Amino acid sequence: MSSHDPRSRHHDHDHSVVPSDPALRVKALESLLVEKGLVDPAALDAIVEYYEHKVGPRNGARVVARAWTDPAYKARLLADATAAIAELGYSGRQGEHMIVVENTPTVHNVIVCTLCSCYPWPVLGLPPVWYKSAAYRSRSVIEPRAVLREFGLEVPDAIEVRVWDSTAELRYLVLPERPAGTELLTEDQLATLVTRDSMIGVARVAAS
Amino acid sequence: MNGVHDMGGMHGLGPLAPEPNEPVWHAPWEARAYALSSAIGAWRLWTGDAGRQQIEHMPAAEYLRASYYEKWIYGLVGNAVRHGLITREEAETGHADPAAPKRAPPLTAEQVPGVMARGAPKTRSVERQSIFQVGDAIRTRNIHPMTHTRLPRYARDKPGIIAALHGAHVFPDTNALFQGENAQPLYTVRFRARDLWGEAASPRDTVCIDLWEDYLAPA
Repeated sequence: MSSHDPRSRHHDHDHSVVPSDPALRVKALESLLVEKGLVDPAALDAIVEYYEHKVGPRNGARVVARAWTDPAYKARLLADATAAIAELGYSGRQGEHMIVVENTPTVHNVIVCTLCSCYPWPVLGLPPVWYKSAAYRSRSVIEPRAVLREFGLEVPDAIEVRVWDSTAELRYLVLPERPAGTELLTEDQLATLVTRDSMIGVARVAAS
Repeated sequence: MNGVHDMGGMHGLGPLAPEPNEPVWHAPWEARAYALSSAIGAWRLWTGDAGRQQIEHMPAAEYLRASYYEKWIYGLVGNAVRHGLITREEAETGHADPAAPKRAPPLTAEQVPGVMARGAPKTRSVERQSIFQVGDAIRTRNIHPMTHTRLPRYARDKPGIIAALHGAHVFPDTNALFQGENAQPLYTVRFRARDLWGEAASPRDTVCIDLWEDYLAPA
């Protein structure tokens, strides 16, 4: 039995590695890894900085607003989302293989990862707690309409609800429908309307 | 493995509780846990698939209790011990073995933005031709491996239609076990909600799942 065989995992479980106080446990782990020269504390700071300031749903909102205002961009986005998103400067970890799915009058798309919590970091940032919750992961595939209703979104029976379970390394972004009454808004103004939840598919975009 | 992580379709796992104006992290330790997991990955001793597998081996009751970043720490410590970066004793005491040599971190602060922006694509150039084409009817295999797989239980032995081809992607079932990347065609398969959940589901609704060729058989 190799050390990678999961049947040998029992050896790992003789002692709990889950901290009772995660803050203390993580602090101790960080100092251990730094002391051993396994991680650079400045690199840790840079990683935190990157995910606090460089990525987040405003990136995805810019992608959506561009698609709403530039038909050629939208066509590129639906054909090769990774490349079209990179045009706006967003790329990388957990966004290496992007797919954009478009909401239409006949299809409403919703994103989930039932097996862990896969999420398109470069365009949406790190996932919210509810997206990672057991409730969302378990329910969204079996009763998506009930889940959407709890988010305040009623999808008429005539519209197909299409759930995307992110089981591979493809990462999904919903292109929501542009709300009526926004014809005079600029791309920047439109971007401010686009919410994280609308790009996961649990909300629509409101005109104001 | 048929673990509790494979949650699709389960009942009774608590309420949805969206939080208005949620911060990126709820406590500084979550940010450090995230950063540690990310930085230790630069040693390239285990893959993301092995990282997921390690978390799946968390005892089920602990998995359900633990928060997301507690799971990450569990995965980090388990793999760091297994691959010799730290010992179990060091993990438990928080003190480095004085005899252990000090090493040089493979990831510096200057490298971070570039590494994050590049990511690590999982597509590979392989000779293997796709067996299926868009529109083909398939049936997912009825498999229950003890090891890591990305074919969810709720989608096993179910009929579906190939909706898209994505080229060859690294196969997690072997990659997680360090048995090779085994890159092979990845498809998006569309399932009717009623084929997955029975007549109570909406006749119109569908679930799309990304599945590797080894999970699929002709219908």
